Amino acid sequence: MIRLSTTDPAAPVRPEPPAPAAPAAEPPTSDRERWVGSTEVLCFLLILVGVLHRQIAALVTDPRLQTWLTVFVSVMVQAVPFLVFGVALSAVIAVFVPRSFWARALPRHPALAVPVAGMAGVVLPGCECGSVPIAGSLIRRGVTPAAALAFLLAAPAINPIVLTATAVAFPRNPEMVAARGGASLLVALLMGWLWLRLGRADLIRLPHRAHLDGLPRMAAFWTACRHDVVHAGGFLVVGAMAAATINVVVPQPFLHDLAARPVLSVLALAALAVLLSICSEADAFVAASLSQFSLTARLAFLVVGPMVDLKLISMQAGVFGRRFAVRFAPATFVLAVLVAAGLGTVIW
Amino acid sequence: MSRGTQAVVLVFLGGAILRASLTDLYLRYVKQGLRPFLIAAGLLLVITALVALVQEVRHLNRPEGQPDDDDGHGHGRSGPAVGWLLLLPALALVFVVPPALGADTVTRAGSALTDDRDIAFPPLPPGDPAELSLLEYGYRAVYDHGRTLQGRRVQLTGFLAPGPDDEPMLARIMLSCCAADGIPVKVGLRGDMPEGPANTWVRTTGRWIPHTAKDPINDADLPYFHVETWEKIPAPADPYE
Repeated sequence: MIRLSTTDPAAPVRPEPPAPAAPAAEPPTSDRERWVGSTEVLCFLLILVGVLHRQIAALVTDPRLQTWLTVFVSVMVQAVPFLVFGVALSAVIAVFVPRSFWARALPRHPALAVPVAGMAGVVLPGCECGSVPIAGSLIRRGVTPAAALAFLLAAPAINPIVLTATAVAFPRNPEMVAARGGASLLVALLMGWLWLRLGRADLIRLPHRAHLDGLPRMAAFWTACRHDVVHAGGFLVVGAMAAATINVVVPQPFLHDLAARPVLSVLALAALAVLLSICSEADAFVAASLSQFSLTARLAFLVVGPMVDLKLISMQAGVFGRRFAVRFAPATFVLAVLVAAGLGTVIW
Repeated sequence: MSRGTQAVVLVFLGGAILRASLTDLYLRYVKQGLRPFLIAAGLLLVITALVALVQEVRHLNRPEGQPDDDDGHGHGRSGPAVGWLLLLPALALVFVVPPALGADTVTRAGSALTDDRDIAFPPLPPGDPAELSLLEYGYRAVYDHGRTLQGRRVQLTGFLAPGPDDEPMLARIMLSCCAADGIPVKVGLRGDMPEGPANTWVRTTGRWIPHTAKDPINDADLPYFHVETWEKIPAPADPYE
């Protein structure tokens, strides 16, 4: 079902009355059946766990499994406040700041719009899951793709929530905050300018519309919160499980060995950032726990993570098209590793 | 995943986080400073879920054929399947309640006493015995060569963990943020050895001895402690250092 919406970049966003639905586009009956289905599954699951929880707890007696579960729950508990506040703030900006504002605020010349859009990432507190749809809607509202892409890469890494989390995670190395912000911004701008030179408009294929148009503002706000928490939170669970597994399974002597080789350790942590796919609001805490690794390697982890990871690649393929994602992600990875390694070598 | 299911999952997750942060449970996983943020985040999750439930009930009570607030590709009300995974941490927090990090981490991770920091050690706090954290005892014992520890009775609290020589060590886990970054501090024991299975919490009183060893895992320094008396204690609310 495709509904018409205002696409004029200068038009102020105001609550639109719900457009009349195309009849038969979505039969309500099948809809209700689906609701009953997944909720029944959920209730059954909860009752089952409630009845059997002693038996389930008794299964978790192996010390290593217990440690895995403790680390998994810890990463989640630590990350949830950052995730929830990030999602709420990005919902505020997505709903209450008119998108036309971005188009008006950016310089006309694309090469100048790139740095302005990159810096604008500072005011978008959120993790990378939130910035992908926003970058898509910026392009839809007439922002030059290069600027929107610089924003997409910069926003998850240089916003205040992420930098605060980084400062909290590295209490003894405050320079990590500046290094992370600087390296991330640099990579974002370079990628934006690279897109101006090499990018082609036909590589980006946008879906028809974002999902908040047409809702009253408060409804749009809570819908954005719910959708982003469920979506990003689900991927966060995957990341927390992977982090806990790495924490418990990878033998420390192996990490020691890897951490002792300067080039290999940078590449290893950059690859780990791609695989773990941790939200940028929580990745600093994981980086802090990888204390055997050099600060340069951990900087690479922090610069690569918010820009390239498995869940981002899949989101970018969904929002911008697959042909875009297979070119954009590897280029970003290479550039991020080079910049992080270079900056780290200069600082430490 | 429908809107109603998402709401139930979010209520469950928010409730689990509220329950953990309103008791001392959260201290097993994160530091004390996070508590207000955990409470606020838990509340926000619950409110988000309640709003979604209200929307869903209104949607279900609506006469058929009325306009829907859905978008074109199902994002308005249904959500990604990956959201089901949010049940896992909630279930673990409510039904399994994993313990704080303990002896298993001690046997797998190297001790924290690795960097010889050149700092002046102030005199011990007053009192007999003087209460010290394991880390502070370790620094004073190894890098200050016990200067400030001589002639004083010291009290150390920690849990028992098997050492490399199969004799119990006293250990405690240090956190910088959450249990994912927990690093153990280990102290070898001599004298009246505490007895008990791994993870038994004990309060020991004794004296410094000029003996150190190396942690086979990461070559960190292991200070030793001569126990004069010890007693079993319940695990403290904040188990970390």
